[in-house]
Amino acid sequence: MQIGIPREIYPGERRVAASPDSVKQFIKLGFTVAVESNAGQEANFADDVFQEAGAQIAPDAQSLYAQADIILKVRGPMAIAGGKSHEADRLRAGQTLISFLWPAQNKELMDQLAAKNVTVLAMDSVPRISRAQKLDALSSMANIAGYRAVIEAAHHFGRFFTGQITAAGKVPPAKVFIIGAGVAGLAAIGAASGLGAIVRAFDTRPEVADQVKSMGAEFVSVDYEEEGSGVGGYAKVMSEGFQKAQNEMTAKQAAEVDIIITTALIPGRPAPKLITADMVKGMKPGSVIVDMAAEMGGNCELTEPHKVVVKHGVTIIGYTDLPSRLARQSSQLYATNLVRLMEELCKTKDGVINVNMEDEVIRGTTVIKEGTITWPPPAPKLSAAPPQQAKPAVAAPAAKHGGHGAPSEPASNKSVLSVGIAAAVIFAAIGAGAPPAFLGHFTVFVLACFVGYMVIWNVTPALHTPLMSVTNAISSIIVIGALIQIASPGKLVITLAWLAIVLTAVNMFGGFWVTQRMLRMFQK
Amino acid sequence: MSQGLLTVSYIGATILFILSLGGLSNPETARRGNLFGIIGMAVAILATLMSSRLSEASNLATIIVAMAIGGGVGVFAAIRVKMTQMPELVALMHSLVGMAAVLVGYATYFDPGAALTGAEKTIHEVEIYIGILIGAVTFSGSVVAFGKLAGRISGKPLTLPGRHQFNFGLLIVTVLLGKVFLNAHGVSAGLTPLVLMTLIALVFGVHMVMAIGGADMPVVVSMLNSYSGWAAAATGFMLSNDLLIVVGALVGSSGAILSYIMCRAMNRKFLSVIGGGFGTDGGSPSSSAAAVPAGEVVSISAQETAEMLRDSKNVVIIPGYGMAVAQAQHTVFEITQFLRGKGINVRFAIHPVAGRMPGHMNVLLAEAKVPYDIVMEMDEINEDFPSTDVAMVIGANDIVNPSAMEDPNSPIAGMPVLEVWKAETSIVMKRSMASGYAGVDNPLFYKENNRMLFGDAKKMLDEVLNHLRASA
Repeated sequence: MQIGIPREIYPGERRVAASPDSVKQFIKLGFTVAVESNAGQEANFADDVFQEAGAQIAPDAQSLYAQADIILKVRGPMAIAGGKSHEADRLRAGQTLISFLWPAQNKELMDQLAAKNVTVLAMDSVPRISRAQKLDALSSMANIAGYRAVIEAAHHFGRFFTGQITAAGKVPPAKVFIIGAGVAGLAAIGAASGLGAIVRAFDTRPEVADQVKSMGAEFVSVDYEEEGSGVGGYAKVMSEGFQKAQNEMTAKQAAEVDIIITTALIPGRPAPKLITADMVKGMKPGSVIVDMAAEMGGNCELTEPHKVVVKHGVTIIGYTDLPSRLARQSSQLYATNLVRLMEELCKTKDGVINVNMEDEVIRGTTVIKEGTITWPPPAPKLSAAPPQQAKPAVAAPAAKHGGHGAPSEPASNKSVLSVGIAAAVIFAAIGAGAPPAFLGHFTVFVLACFVGYMVIWNVTPALHTPLMSVTNAISSIIVIGALIQIASPGKLVITLAWLAIVLTAVNMFGGFWVTQRMLRMFQK
Repeated sequence: MSQGLLTVSYIGATILFILSLGGLSNPETARRGNLFGIIGMAVAILATLMSSRLSEASNLATIIVAMAIGGGVGVFAAIRVKMTQMPELVALMHSLVGMAAVLVGYATYFDPGAALTGAEKTIHEVEIYIGILIGAVTFSGSVVAFGKLAGRISGKPLTLPGRHQFNFGLLIVTVLLGKVFLNAHGVSAGLTPLVLMTLIALVFGVHMVMAIGGADMPVVVSMLNSYSGWAAAATGFMLSNDLLIVVGALVGSSGAILSYIMCRAMNRKFLSVIGGGFGTDGGSPSSSAAAVPAGEVVSISAQETAEMLRDSKNVVIIPGYGMAVAQAQHTVFEITQFLRGKGINVRFAIHPVAGRMPGHMNVLLAEAKVPYDIVMEMDEINEDFPSTDVAMVIGANDIVNPSAMEDPNSPIAGMPVLEVWKAETSIVMKRSMASGYAGVDNPLFYKENNRMLFGDAKKMLDEVLNHLRASA
């Protein structure tokens, strides 16, 4: 089958759905590849680079759509500027389209595509399960967007990010506040702290606090009890009380920090308004807000999508094409996500795709199957970041096999307890009745047992036989007892002690000797 | 030598002994560890000899004679013993420690030096009683274990009717005798119960080990190792000597841990091993619902084995007691060397209870100069079997039995095993189709990807080696 990669027609879109590397991989999977002329120009992939990788160059979109069986795009089909036609009209029955689509927001487009009797896989609908991470284009794009958001903020911010002490005076470090610690938020944290800023971050989902800290930021929490994790690792809408507490916290942060980057999105809903006009007024002049949710209405009340505006002395960046502004990088990652998807679709590597609706990943991604709308898919079985209640379910089958290698834990806990109680009783009895001299020896004995326990567990299993022979040799320390007694006046005692010395001497010399003999044999 | 110096020497010896055991964590530090042990022993003995009570020349002469006799015998045995006989030697040495503990116990009892009264006297006598008890059990148990390991006594468990009741009765009598012993006035009055108890302990030791089957020998050997330690510790209490207590406790806990590791490797409870009679409690395979394996056994010749080995990339060798019996470890090494010379990755997989004592296989392979870094433990290598071309089982049976994992009714169900059947081909070297010590039939032999190479392990491996060399 042939894969076709058209040029993106959305104004300002610089990305392309292929890289020379991905073309090579597609060919390895058994496909042929056609790329529309100048498709990769904005991402710095020239036509001849694609050609070198093995792709044909189609002179225009019409011929490309006509010959390809699978169309790979970044943005969903849209009306073509200057004409009355629509990209969707170029598709023909039986073709497969893979791109971002946002089926929830684009009902009309979905119907239009279904009418064309095509199969559509939406890269934004990849289920959030561990197996699908390698084709999760939303994450790879969000990562780039988060990085770029920091770069844009730095560009509009009039100071260094990092603090410096120079001959010309002391420069304080910039303070960056990041709202929403998803993939984009975490990437922004990484980029901002990499530039030397002091970074704080907030998220309604408390379980991301550790991730935030691991990226080098401080996690700001709201003093209000509510769990903010929704299905599939996304956030959910919070209660009013929580929102009030959150507003207070945000206002306080806004007054302190120099840069705010907001990434708060709730799937299928307008972005929550987290930064009010008053909060913007409260910020220091020269501060910057990057609103990464601008496309969905923005997290800031004053955001104007696609634009950079200055309100109350604060620069508000509402770019909606942050990944496209890093076109080469984002094209490369997106193309790799597509390669991974094609690998899932073409497990036989014979250049023919199989849209297997039994496969959870493909089922979730496929939004139209041969003209039938199959979106929304059934809920995914396992979340990428499993909530607590999912854990026992996962652990249960593993525990069943616990007999292999280790004894079952609960039983041993119980026996540890009973042994503990028995030991306590015995110790109490000994402590109550025994003379002090005995207790001194008893202390030594108990401590020595523990030392032995600690030491022996470190012995490698390969040396268990030498361990036995050396402990054997050492236990002939009983000879000390016999040595003391041999000075005794009684004939009988002397005889017994003498015999004991003979026996232990056999052990002592024999044991050490044979141990040494064995150990000499061990070699690398 | 003052009491202070003596105590300090003992502390030094204690530290040296701990370092000696700690050194065994790694083959590279192990030799130094053994040296520490020797020095520790020398320090302890010299310090004791130089303490005031022993300074007379006649005493010294007696001691030196005794040491020379014992040491001579020990060194002679240590030089002459074959590595395959290590379990026997170790068992025999355990019995000596036990016997020595008994002798020292009696000597202490007769020694008029200590004049104690009240609670101290009672405790002292309890210590003597327990010390002799443990020593006697260790002694007779080890002697029987030696007999079983050396093949002089049948390896089959001896299960007398009502053996648990018998053991319990012995215990009751021991406790009663102890009471009589404590209440006795004078040395001669107490001697009768003491001697009776010693006899009972000896019987108990014999009976206990007789009831345990050959496959459980690793547990028995490590258990007796532990007992010999406790015997030393009891002697230490008897003589109020901290050095003996510490060393006894070290050895005792070492043996106890080894027993635990061995039991875990067989997925069995310590008490049920000691209770004895393996295979009888779980029902014999013929009468229980355990599935009788179906299928054909495909045999293979030495020449075919050689060809298969030569054509593979990854080979895992699983040695068992059969390799030890046939003394085949040197041939195994030569085959290994040959294959490795051809760039084939050969490794060894050691099950914790392979052989008759903990670490038995490792010692045999080390003797044959197999480098220890290609000798893997079960947990390290088990997941590599699917990528293995040939898994060669030499004289092992129960440790590669898939019914441990597949058949819940099997007497060895739940025992961790080496998953050789996951290799592309497994070759089992065996003298006949007889079942292993557990008396369980092995479905591995009937698997489609399994081949049987019948015959004496040493002879067959020699043939394999000849074919390999001839083709080179």
